[in-house]
Formats: sequence, C-alpha cells, structure tokens
Amino acid sequence: MALELIKGNVAVAETALRVGLVSYFGYPITPQTELLEHLSARMPEIGRAFVQAESELGAINMVYGAACTGMRTMTSSSSPGVSLMQEGISYIAGTELPAVIVNVVRGGPGLGNIAPSQADYTQMVHGGGHGEYHLIVLAPASVQEAVDLTALAFDLAEKYRMVACLLMDGYLGQMMEPVELPPFAPIRTQAPSWAVGAKHPEGERAVLTSINISPPMQEIFNVKMMSRWEQIEKDEVRYKGYYLDDAEYVVVGYGTAGRIALTSVRAARAKGIKVGLLRPITVSPFPVEVLDKLVSGKKGVLVVEMNNGQMLDDVSAVVAKRVLIHFYGRMGGMVPYPDEIDAAIDEMIHGDHDVNRDARGIWLAKMRELVGTGA
Amino acid sequence: MPAKGWVEINDLYCKACEICVTDCPTHVLALDMSRLSPKGYHPAYMLHPEECIACGICAVVCPDAAITVYKGTPPAKEGVGE
Amino acid sequence: MLDSDVKLIYERPHGFTDVTTHYCPGCTHGVAHRLIAEVLEEMGELDNTIGVAPVGCSVFAYNYFDFDFVEAAHGRAPAMATGIKRTLPNKMVFTYQGDGDLASMGMGEIIAAAARGEQITVFFINNTNYGMTGGQMAPTTLPGQKTSSSPLGRDVETQGYPIRTAELMSSLDGASFVVRRSLHDARNIRNAKKAIRTAFEVQKHGMGFSFIELLSTCPTNWGLTPVKARDWLREYMIPQYPIGDFKVSSAVEELVKGG
Repeated sequence: MALELIKGNVAVAETALRVGLVSYFGYPITPQTELLEHLSARMPEIGRAFVQAESELGAINMVYGAACTGMRTMTSSSSPGVSLMQEGISYIAGTELPAVIVNVVRGGPGLGNIAPSQADYTQMVHGGGHGEYHLIVLAPASVQEAVDLTALAFDLAEKYRMVACLLMDGYLGQMMEPVELPPFAPIRTQAPSWAVGAKHPEGERAVLTSINISPPMQEIFNVKMMSRWEQIEKDEVRYKGYYLDDAEYVVVGYGTAGRIALTSVRAARAKGIKVGLLRPITVSPFPVEVLDKLVSGKKGVLVVEMNNGQMLDDVSAVVAKRVLIHFYGRMGGMVPYPDEIDAAIDEMIHGDHDVNRDARGIWLAKMRELVGTGA
Repeated sequence: MPAKGWVEINDLYCKACEICVTDCPTHVLALDMSRLSPKGYHPAYMLHPEECIACGICAVVCPDAAITVYKGTPPAKEGVGE
Repeated sequence: MLDSDVKLIYERPHGFTDVTTHYCPGCTHGVAHRLIAEVLEEMGELDNTIGVAPVGCSVFAYNYFDFDFVEAAHGRAPAMATGIKRTLPNKMVFTYQGDGDLASMGMGEIIAAAARGEQITVFFINNTNYGMTGGQMAPTTLPGQKTSSSPLGRDVETQGYPIRTAELMSSLDGASFVVRRSLHDARNIRNAKKAIRTAFEVQKHGMGFSFIELLSTCPTNWGLTPVKARDWLREYMIPQYPIGDFKVSSAVEELVKGG
C-alpha cells in the first residue's frame, strides 16, 4: 500500500476506524484535538457514532456504556483530561470491558502547557484510578508505530477484556511522517455473549456492573484480575532493542525519549562506545524479564525520560543495585536534544561508578544548575 | 467644521481590527497604510481629524482599549495622533 | 500641555495592565475585559477584587487585569469562586468563562453555584465555538453552523440543539440577576456595561448570584473580518439568543430603581 504523509493524531484516528471502531467519544484538548476533529468528519461519513461529549467525564462514561455493548469504542485526551477520566477507567476495568484510551501527554502538572511530555507514566502504568487494576499501556515512538499499536490496542483490549492505553506525547501527536495505514476491516457483526444487547445462551441475560457488595466476592474478582494480569505479563511484553548484543552500557527510554536516545546511542557507537538501547513498547506490562537478563554483566544503565524519573523507579526495581544507574530527564514540556543525552552517556561512562548512587538526586542537582531553582 | 475633540490611538495596543474605523459616525478614522506598528499592524489614525465630534464611540467599541478621547480644541496639528 | 477647556472623555482603564492582549484583532473578549475593568474602577473596587480565570482563550485574563486572580481547572471556576467567596465574603469575586468552560465542562458547577445562590458574579462569553482549541462545536453552536468538529454544519439530529444558557440559569431560584447582553455595537456595549455595573452592585449588596451572558464575536474561527463578525452576530446569534433580562429578583429591581 502507498505511504501517506500524515499527522500522528490523524493517523491514530484513521487507523482506529479502519480496524473497526464503532464509536468515539471525546472532548477537545490540545495537543490531541485533531484526533477528535478527524473522527467528527469520518465517523458520520461511514455511519458510525461520534459524540463530542460535554467533558472528559462525560466522554469516559459514554465509552463505559459503549464498552458494555462489546463493540469497539475509544476515547482520546491529554493529561488533564485523562485525570478526569480516571474514575471512569477504574469502572471500566472493574467491569472487565475492552476499551481503548489515547493519552497524548503534555507538560504538567495542573494546566501545565501544551508541549510534549512523558509525565503521565506513573498515572497510566501504575493506575491513576482507584482500586486494584492494570492497564495495557503501549508506547509508540513514531507515527507508523502509533498506527500499528492502535490496531494492537483494540485486539489486546478485546482478547483480555481490559482497557488498553496508547501512550503518546505532543510530539508524536503533531508530527507528520510517511505511514502505511491498515486496510479497512469489517466491523464485527456479533457482539460477544457477555455484552448487553448481545445474543445470550437460553434463559441468560447480561448484567454488567463493577459493584461487588460482598467483600469475599470482590476479593475473588480481584484474584481473577491479578491472574489475568500475570498471564499478560508472560505473553504480551513488547520492546525493541538496538545494538544490545555486545553492549557494555544500556540506555532505557520509551516513546519520543527513546527515539531521541537512539540518535545518541548511534553517535556513541560511531565513537566506538559499546552502548545499546532498550526501548520498551509495552510500558505495561513492563519488560521486566528482558531488562533483568539484559543488565547482568553490564557496566551501567542510563534511563532517559521526559519526566522526573517515573520509569526510572521501575528500572531501578529490576536492576536492584546490581548495576550502576544514571538518569537524565527533562520536565514540563521540555524535550531533550541528542547532545544532552550524549553528555549523559559520557557522564555514565566516565563519572562515578557507585551502584548506590542516588540517580535522581544527582540529576536534580544538575537540573538546578541548568535551569535555576525558580526562586 | 472645526473639530470638537480628538483621539489618540496607541500603536502598542491597536490591532487594526477596523471596528473603530467602521463605527466612527463622522468617518474620521482609517488604517494608516504607510506604516506598521511594532506588532506588524497598520494602526488606526485620524484621517479626517477636523470631523471628530468627541462622541467616544471609537473608544467604546475598541477591544484593546487603545484609544484615548479628548473633548475640546485639539492642540497644534503636530500633536494630533497621525 | 492641554488647554483648560479640554476634557478627557475616555482613557484606558486603570484596572488594565500595560500589556497587549493575545486576543485576535476584533475579538470582543477585549471589550468585555474593558467593561469589567471600567466598572470596577468606577465602583472603587479594583483593590478589593479577585478574578477567576477559565480554560479557554481567556486563560491568560490575569495578565490583563491589574488585581488578584486565580486560574481554575476547566469548568470549575464557579466552584473555585465559591471557595474564595465563602472564605473572603467581603471581596468582590467574579468568574469569566467561555462556551466550553461554562456550558459544557462546567455545567454542573455553574448550575450548582447558582442554585446555592453563591454571592459571586459570572461572566459568560458566548461566541458559539471553542476558540482556544481551534474552533470546535460548542453547546452554543447554532444549528447548521460549521465548526471544526461539525464540519458539515451542526446536525441537530446527531449533535443536538444549542443551549440557551441565560434562560437555563434563570430557572434557578438561587439566582438573583440573570441577563443577556451583546457586544456587537456601541449601543449594546453601553447596555452591557450598565448590566455589569448592576451585577457587581448585586454582589456588593449581598443580594445573591449574578450572571451576565455576553454575546461575542470570534472572527478567526468564524472566518470573518472583525467588522463582518459583528454583523453575523446580529443576524444569526440574536434570534437564537435574545438580549434581555431573564431573572431580576425583586430586591435587585429595587436596587436598580434606586440607583
């Protein structure tokens, strides 16, 4: 198929409807509004449902309703809007429904700004809503990957009856790259039998609720969800490794940060430095085993993120002080240049090699020098 | 007709929206196409200062509070906002 | 030096900072801001006022008014204003909100604040679209009106009908003064200023919740010149959103008669 030059937000929107999206509910918020606008034109064009909700609260609850029908549904938002959706996400998770959420992360906290960021890692990966549940979180680093992962998100959500999140940032949402969009797939004509309004076995009906008024029953449910998550951790991890075979040092970064880090890794390789990149594609489930095996015998790990070190904590937990950890991050919508990461790699190789070093604290001290204390 | 007043339009605030130009009942104002404000707009100015009746409508409709209106004999020609 | 026979008819309000606003040329946000600043100055309340800014084009309203301000989350300004006014009842507290902020995201908050009769003043800027995010459909978008999320024109079958907010607010017993005015010409702007004055007097006298819907232009997202945008407002918006007084409590009536 021909390649099209297309904006990230629009590519995700178009992909969703090509893989059988039946309904979309959303609310405008920069930097993802193009996704909503594209679907506002396309969904009615092909006879599918589109509602610009009164708020993200409305939108996520519309998704909740649509998810109960078992048909493909999606919403998209950006950080402040996703915060509003957290209650709804918990409900959807607690009802075991498939749904796809796109978070195009921006600078925060609060109203923040509209610049790209990765500051919602903790919110999405460690559950921003209440209660015990997990989300499948997919992190693309290019528009093509965003397209591919959008299709995957729907498949995984349906396979496991879970919420899948496409974790992007303002860069990916706004950039235009040549992309191959998937062909049009048919909408499913039969909803799964657990769904409301679907065909049920004789004498049965569907009641979908997240209430478990009896604590023992709630616990049984939670054990079931945990077991399902265990299976997903075994089967659904995805990542990409670059130059890892003979690497002595490993950089870990996802999404845009991982993409920028790749430039630095290549530059380092050109200088003869044996460094590789691990780019998680599923940040949830996190590639724990892969990372665990990877770090043994390495001289150092550098985590690069556009936040205050959120994946850093997950990496540190796996590394468990076996190996030196460094951290480089930019916050508030700032995006690192490759030469900043070049310097961080250099620092890792030539700096202190204390496995007990406080990676975040040392980085923060440098940040104070770099940007000032804002006093 | 001798002017009943005059206006001063601040270049820093004027965005050349032309609402004052349109609403002035005696057609005093126009955009000054011969120059640009620091923001790149052609600011409004008194093309026909002698027609000003100091009604203040321009200031009432200005979205940027760019206009000061005076009633009385305008000062010597050099001082009028041109 | 000016001659002694010279009178200053109008100058930039002192409640304004010396900052060029980021609003588009011709945007009537500027007019609304100006009127609020003029009224507060005339009432001597500039030092006693706290404004609550919304999320929308006027998110940076606090850069233009020279008094204390807070920034609310999208739609939550009436709730924030409640928190402030209940704590500092002697301050003049107002919110300034657009279509998305007040009539969509914040519909719950504004209805509740009005129903509670909060002693605040609310300015609702109605320009039939979501300006800041690029011109999407709003609860106030007219049937058939094209926006970036109703590209074929608002289809009432699938996208519903617009909300007449002032009328809606007037149905609440807790509201004392609910009016709609317009900013599309000098006469209407002068009437709007009178209403703004009344609204702040209502608050000053502890007479309850005051709400002013101000019909406004959005030249950029409507795709019209600032001058033509006002014509569009007059021709299309006023039939849908009539100018008038929708709720004037008897106490407020007395106040208006007396002043």
